Amino acid sequence: MVGVGRLVREGVRGSEQARTSRSHDSVSSFHRPLARVHNPTNKPGNRARIPLAMAGAGGGSNDVQWCFSQVKGAIDDDVAEADIISTVEFNHSGELLATGDKGGRVVIFQQEIENKSQPQCRSEYNVYSTFQSHEPEFDYLKSLEIEEKINEIRWLPQKNAAQFLLSTNDKTIKLWKISERDKRPEGYNLKEEDGRYIDPNTVTALRVPVFRPMDLMVEASPRRVFANAHTYHINSISINSDHETYLSADDLRINLWHQEITDRSFNIVDIKPANMEELTEVITAAEFHPHQCNTFVYSSSKGTIRLCDMRASALCDTHSKLFEEPEDPSNRSFFSEIISSISDVKFSHNGRYMMTRDYLSVKIWDLNMENRPVETYQVHEYLRSKLCSLYENDCIFDKFECCWNGNDSVVMTGSYNNFFRMFDRGQRRDVTLEASREGSKPRQVLKPRKVCADGKRKKDEISVDSLDFNKKILHTAWHPQDNIIAVATTNNLYIFQDKMN
Amino acid sequence: MDVSAEAKRIMAVSISKLYASRAQRGGMRLHRSLLLSVVMRSARDLYHSACLAKERAAHLVPVTLEEDAMDTTASREQVEVEVSQVEPEPESPLTPTIQEPMSSDYEAAQGACKTRTFSGKETVEDKENRSPVSPDRHSRKRRGKASVAPDFLPSKRARLSLELGEERVLRTGRRNCCRAGDAFTTLSLNSNRAIAAF
Repeated sequence: MVGVGRLVREGVRGSEQARTSRSHDSVSSFHRPLARVHNPTNKPGNRARIPLAMAGAGGGSNDVQWCFSQVKGAIDDDVAEADIISTVEFNHSGELLATGDKGGRVVIFQQEIENKSQPQCRSEYNVYSTFQSHEPEFDYLKSLEIEEKINEIRWLPQKNAAQFLLSTNDKTIKLWKISERDKRPEGYNLKEEDGRYIDPNTVTALRVPVFRPMDLMVEASPRRVFANAHTYHINSISINSDHETYLSADDLRINLWHQEITDRSFNIVDIKPANMEELTEVITAAEFHPHQCNTFVYSSSKGTIRLCDMRASALCDTHSKLFEEPEDPSNRSFFSEIISSISDVKFSHNGRYMMTRDYLSVKIWDLNMENRPVETYQVHEYLRSKLCSLYENDCIFDKFECCWNGNDSVVMTGSYNNFFRMFDRGQRRDVTLEASREGSKPRQVLKPRKVCADGKRKKDEISVDSLDFNKKILHTAWHPQDNIIAVATTNNLYIFQDKMN
Repeated sequence: MDVSAEAKRIMAVSISKLYASRAQRGGMRLHRSLLLSVVMRSARDLYHSACLAKERAAHLVPVTLEEDAMDTTASREQVEVEVSQVEPEPESPLTPTIQEPMSSDYEAAQGACKTRTFSGKETVEDKENRSPVSPDRHSRKRRGKASVAPDFLPSKRARLSLELGEERVLRTGRRNCCRAGDAFTTLSLNSNRAIAAF
């Protein structure tokens, strides 16, 4: 296999533009998708919908079998730091899939219209737009460099032909508009096709310029820049269900913004103590409730989640609900506090539950019960005895994300060795799968993996000591309606789909 | 001693991580610094309680009278060392009733019950050594609301290493104690300062 620098491997349709082109033009850059007929009025309803009632995990005749679909990104093992994927997000219809990386770039993939003549061939995601969202900056007052790494991308609900998304780095949030252009005016009287001006004296006849079709061009332009509102590093943004406001959270504060207004934001949570030496916990993630526009939650480094109601008061420092599970005293160690820190919190689509991810487990909470989660799933319990080494190699600080499937029956999160885990809540089953180049022949079914915690390793099992802790899956996303998942390894994006029978 | 060696190692790893994070691109991460300081503190607490337990165990071993005297003297110095490093919230409850002055304690130490004397010394020495610590802390650095730097001013991060140097000099000058224990107290204060630097 010849990996010529940044050769991008593709499933079926040939090579795509490399993701690693660093264009520094942040105002607008465009990418030309492969020539194809694109109908902008193609609404999600035209696509075949796979009923999620059969969504599940792992083998078995009634369950979903996950197959490799595509992989995006460079093949070579030498990973450039700028190419490290830092966030993955489907839009509300699932037609678009956005990724952000450490180099401040956003790449958007679009799902192809399904090929009617080949119903077995599921639609694929191809590059739709690539742009430089954030650039490295320097804070002169603090003598600090501000990283351009994209921490989070959130899609706005679609209101017109254009798509909008919010992307954020540590300090600045930007609203990007992604629009298509497939017509251009031709036939000017005073201008040539290449733009040169015509001498008016030579014009003998007049004509009316007309719009003619052109190759599809996708443009991304920053419409709003929300800056200078956060002293600490932004870890989350969340769009409100009122479609007007959104929140941004850093380590100690949460701000509420209006999507249109950039010079003002309202602080709604502030947990900074008067004396910083008394600091005991920080905010690690925040999210708005999917339906109740007055409700949001934020998680802390101490393993607690606070639910706040913005109707109660302007400043939501006092919570409406506090979700906390008492610590198991038998598990106490030096690192108990670190591993209880919550790295991600996600509401279920129906708004009745929320899921939290800490270092070793995933917990599902019923919003009506604060004293303990209703379900707890161990992601990689075999690491509990290795916490000291994981502390030394910094892996204990890794922030894993988690996600729900479309009907909230299955949850997914990542692990090490490029493993990711799915937990079927209804069937009480879980599976471990691997995102690797070895398992990446088209439509190849993924084989469940197993990690052997003790010394008695069976065939096909992997022992804990041979896990590669540099290969971590921190970011995963699930299509809102279908059984299509996007899993990010360090610098590659894998797309898996269920096997259609 | 596995526990205290382990605790010492974790403290060393933590402090090196804290210093390494200062050079990190994007500046120090508050969350990470907080977690590091939490681990440092629990490692330090465990190290101290492990050392104190070791001393108590050494005291309770039956030996001859002569050895007793030597042992007591030697261990008293060590106790002085260990106790002087105890933070304002010591691990073991102290018995406040026993008030024996240090200098006249040599004979009393051998005759009296070892554990009682031990805890008595703790009270005495802890009180003696506690006071230099607190006003020193107050005088060296401003505390309270006024000490929190406004967000827009340059951070005090650059002075962290200088403060550490100052502390080391001051502490080693004041008493002859083991440098390891010395470093731990310094480091534990630094963990607070690392957070305060934000």
